[in-house]
Amino acid sequence: MNFDPRYSGRSFSSVGTRPIRPDGVDKVTGRARYGADFNMAGQLVGRVLRSPHAHAVIRKIDTSKAEKLAGVKAVITAADLPDLTDGDAAMYDILDNCMARKKALYDGHAVAAVAAIDARTARQALKLIEVDYEVLPHVTDVDEAMKHSAPLINDAIFTEGLEEKPVKPSNVYKRTQYGHGDVHQGFAEADMIVERSFKTEQTHQGYIEPHACVASVNPDGTADLWVCTQGHFVYRQHCAQLLGLEASKLRVTSSEIGGGFGGKTHVWAEPVALALSRKAGRPVKLVMTRDEVFRASGPTSATSIDVKIGARNDGTITAAEATLRYSCGPYAGMWAEIGAMTAFACYKLENVKTVGYEVLVNRPKTAAYRAPSAPMAAFAVESAVDELAKDIGMDPVDFRIKNAAQEGTRASYGPVYGPIGIGPTLEAVKNHPHMKAPLKQNQGRGMACGFWFNFGGQTCTDLNIGMDGSVSLAVGTVDVGGSRASLSLVAAEELGIDYSQVKAVVADTSSLGYNDMTDGSRGTFSSSMATISAARNAIKVLRERAAQMWDIPVDDVVWEKGHAVAKGEKHGNLGKLSLKEIAAQSGKTGGPIAGHSELVADGAGVSFATHICDIEVDPETGSTRVIRYTVVQDAGKAVHPTYVEGQYQGGAAQGIGWALNEEYIYGKDGRLQNPGFLDYRIPVCSDLPMIDTQILEIPNPNHPYGVRGVGETSIVPPLAAIANAVSNAVGVRMTHIPMSPPRILAALEAEREG
Amino acid sequence: MVEVTLWGSLSAAAGGQSKLDIEAKDIRELFRKLAEQYPAFEPLIDRGIAVAIDGTIYRDTWSKELPPGAEIFLLPRLAGG
Amino acid sequence: MAGVAVSTTINGDHVEYLCQPDETLLDVLRDRLGLTGAKEGCGTGDCGACSVIVDDRLVCSCLVLGAEAEGRQIETIEGMAHGDQLHPLQQKFLEHAALQCGICTPGFLIAAKDLLAKNPDPTEEEIRFGLAGNLCRCTGYDKIVRAVQDAANVMKEGSR
Repeated sequence: MNFDPRYSGRSFSSVGTRPIRPDGVDKVTGRARYGADFNMAGQLVGRVLRSPHAHAVIRKIDTSKAEKLAGVKAVITAADLPDLTDGDAAMYDILDNCMARKKALYDGHAVAAVAAIDARTARQALKLIEVDYEVLPHVTDVDEAMKHSAPLINDAIFTEGLEEKPVKPSNVYKRTQYGHGDVHQGFAEADMIVERSFKTEQTHQGYIEPHACVASVNPDGTADLWVCTQGHFVYRQHCAQLLGLEASKLRVTSSEIGGGFGGKTHVWAEPVALALSRKAGRPVKLVMTRDEVFRASGPTSATSIDVKIGARNDGTITAAEATLRYSCGPYAGMWAEIGAMTAFACYKLENVKTVGYEVLVNRPKTAAYRAPSAPMAAFAVESAVDELAKDIGMDPVDFRIKNAAQEGTRASYGPVYGPIGIGPTLEAVKNHPHMKAPLKQNQGRGMACGFWFNFGGQTCTDLNIGMDGSVSLAVGTVDVGGSRASLSLVAAEELGIDYSQVKAVVADTSSLGYNDMTDGSRGTFSSSMATISAARNAIKVLRERAAQMWDIPVDDVVWEKGHAVAKGEKHGNLGKLSLKEIAAQSGKTGGPIAGHSELVADGAGVSFATHICDIEVDPETGSTRVIRYTVVQDAGKAVHPTYVEGQYQGGAAQGIGWALNEEYIYGKDGRLQNPGFLDYRIPVCSDLPMIDTQILEIPNPNHPYGVRGVGETSIVPPLAAIANAVSNAVGVRMTHIPMSPPRILAALEAEREG
Repeated sequence: MVEVTLWGSLSAAAGGQSKLDIEAKDIRELFRKLAEQYPAFEPLIDRGIAVAIDGTIYRDTWSKELPPGAEIFLLPRLAGG
Repeated sequence: MAGVAVSTTINGDHVEYLCQPDETLLDVLRDRLGLTGAKEGCGTGDCGACSVIVDDRLVCSCLVLGAEAEGRQIETIEGMAHGDQLHPLQQKFLEHAALQCGICTPGFLIAAKDLLAKNPDPTEEEIRFGLAGNLCRCTGYDKIVRAVQDAANVMKEGSR
C-alpha cells in the first residue's frame, strides 16, 4: 500500500459542511428496511426458549411433543449446533451463549428454539418443550461472586494473572495490572489523600430496534443472512465458523440498523436462525422481543471500584491507585482490564497503579457498550478527583488543568501521548459561560473528564464512477449514525466534485472485501481513510483516461477541483476535462472507471472530552432534574459537524440515563425484575434539556484530514459529572450509580444520622 | 535493536521481565522473534496484541516499521462499542 | 382460529383484510399489509416506535387489535408525504439531522404531527412532554425538539 495517511493540513470545500444524509428520505418516509422489515418467500417464524433459572444444569430436553405440533418445521437444541470451535475458547463461549450446552448460566439463556409457520404456532411449540433442570445456587452481585463461598459458575476457571497459579477454581477469570512509578512513595509525598469505594449497576445499550434477522440455508451449503448488525463481515466469520459453512458462501447483508452502541457487535440469534433454517429447509425470520433483548443481549458490566488519590497542597497529584472489579456475565472477558487502562488516562501521573478483576456472575454475557468499561472507571476517578480538589481548596477545573496529560505525558496505560485534547477541553470548559451561570437553591454543578482510545482496523472501499459522472461509494462499515453522509463528503472532497454527485451505500459481504466492525468509533475514521485512498486511485485512472483523450503523456495531466488539467506550455490550448466528460468517454478509453482500496486504518487518535452539568435535587423525594448540560470534546476534523454534535448529545443522554435511572434489578431468585422499557427507564424527551456542544478540532496526525473517532467518548464523563453535580447539590458524596431517588434519599438520611 | 515494554500480565510470558531488547525492523519480525524466544507469547499473539509505537496504537499493521529509538509498548487488543 | 374480516381506511385508501382476533394492528400493518414503517421496539406500548393515528387519536399500534380498525381512519408514516412533497416535519427532521439510526423516526414524526395538529404553537416544554411517549436512544432529543419547533413555524406561516 503506497497510501500516505499522514495529516496534510489542507483546506476543505466539502468536509466540514452539513448536507442532508443520503439515507435520510428513506428514513423519514418509513421506507428504510431494518432487521425485521425484510421477508423471504416461504419464510418461517423462529422463536427461542429461554432458561427461567439463573444457574441450572440441563439434565434433559424433550422436544418430541413440540415436533409433533402441526405447523412446526424444526426444533433445535445445542445438539444441532455441534462444537466446531476447535479449541478457540472465545468462540466456544459465543457458541454456548447462543445455545446453552450443559448448564443454563443466566435467566434468559437460550436452551432450545423452534421454527414454525407462524408466531402463534411457534409460541405454542415452545410451551411443549420439556426441559429437566437441576437448579443450582447462583450469584449475580460482582462483590459476592468474588467471595470464596460464592457458587462456582465454571470450575475450569483458575484466575489468570496471579503470581502463583491458584489450586482452586474461582469466579475471578483474570487479574490485570497497569501503571508506573511507585505509588507507596507517591502517597508518602501527599499532603491530602482521598480514598473511596464506588459501585455502578449494570445497564443495557437500549437500542430501540431488537435483534432481528432472516436466515436462509440452502441444501448446497450456500446461505444468506439479512441482519441488523454493526459488523456483517464479523457476523459472517462467526456464523460460518459456528455452523461449519464456508465464509464466502454465506452472504450477509446488513440491514439498516436501529441502534447498536456496541450491543450489535456480538452474534446471539443469528447462528440459531441459520441452524433452524438448515434443519427446516426454509428461510427463518427470528426477531427478539424486548424482554429477550434485556434478558439475553447486551448488557454492560456492573462494577465495584476502590480509588485512592493523593496530592500536595499545591494541587499536584503525587499518586493514584484503583482496584476495579467488573462483571463479565458467565464467560471470560476483559472488561476490568479496559477500565484499568482508561481510569487515569486523563492525567499526568508520576506514580499510578490500577488492578482489574474480571468477575463471572449469573447475568447475561457482558457486551461492549460505547467506550466499554471507561464510564464506570471515570465515575470513580473523577468523583475522587473532585473531592480531592475540594479538600485542597482548589477549583475542580484548575485542579484538573494542573494535572492534565499533554503531548509527551506517559499515559497511565503505558505509552507516551502524541498531540491530545484533554488540556484544550478543560480550558474551553473553564471559559465556558455555563461555568459562570448562577445556580438556584437545591441545584448543583458538576464537571468531569473522559477518555477513550478509538480504533482503526481492516477496511475496504470501492468507488465506482458511472458514465454520467455520478459516483457510487460502496463501504463495508455499517452506518450507525450518519457515516454515509460523512463518507460521501470525503469522496466529494477528494474528487473535487459536489456532494450531490456521490451516493454511498453499505455493501454486502459478497460485494466487497472484509471489513472489521463499526466499533471503537472507527466507522468514519477508517472508512474515510479507505475512501480517500480509493478516490486517489480513481483519480489516477481519470488522469490516464484524460491523457488518452488528449493524446498526451499522463504525467502532464493533473487533477484540480474535479477536472483533469493539462500542464505545460505545449498543452496551453487544451481546455479542462471534467469528471463527467471523462466518464462519458470511459467505454472508449478502457472501460469502467473505479478506485478501490484495501487497507488497515491504524493510528486512530485518542479522544478526550469534558462535560459540565447542572442538576436540581428535590430533598424531599430524592428526585433529580437535569437543568443544563454542556459537552466539550475533541473530534479531530469534524467531517459532518451536525452528526458529530449528534454523537456528543446522544452519548451524554445515555450517560444521563445511566447516572440517574437505568439499572438491571435482579430478584433473590436470580431473575431479572425489569426487562422492559417501563421499568428499565431510559431518558425520555421531557427528562432532558437541550444539550449544548462545543467541537474542538485538534488534528489526528495519522489521518490525511486529521479525523479522530467521535462516537464513544461522549458517554465517558456523564456519570461522574452528574455524580459531582448531585454531590454538590446535596452536600453528600454520591458513590453508587444510578443515583435513583431512593439512593439519594438514603444518602441524605445517612448523612443526617451521621 | 528496539526496547519493548510489556504490560503487566504480558511480562509473565517473558519470565517476569517487563522490558526486552529485540532486534526487529517491523511488527511482524518483533512478533516472530518474541514467539521464538518466549513460546508463551504465541497464543497471546494469536489472541491479539496491539503495538504502540511512540504513542500511536497499531492493531493490525504488521508491516509497520519500528524506528530505532522509538518507544515500543505492547498492549492487549481491545473491544469497542 | 377463524379470522376476523376487517374493512378500514389506511392513509385514505380503502383496505380489507382478515386477521386473528388476538393479532395487533401493528402485526397486521407490518405482516399482512406490508406497511413496515411502524416499528416494534417493545410490544408493550413503552417506546412509541409503532405510533399511528386512529381517528385523530395517537396510539401505539402494538396495543390496538387489528380487529379494532374496523370502520376507522388510520394514518401511518407511509401516508405522511403528499406525492413527492415531504411533510414539513419530514423535511425539518432531515435538515436538522433529527435522526441517527432512524428506527424511532416514523413514530416521532407521527407523534409530532399529532402534537402540532392539536397545538400548532407549542413551547419547548410542550414539545418535550408531547413527545415523551417516544423513545430515542441516539440523539438525546435535542435535534428532534429543534426540528419540531422549526416545522411548527413553517406550518404556521403556511397556514396564514
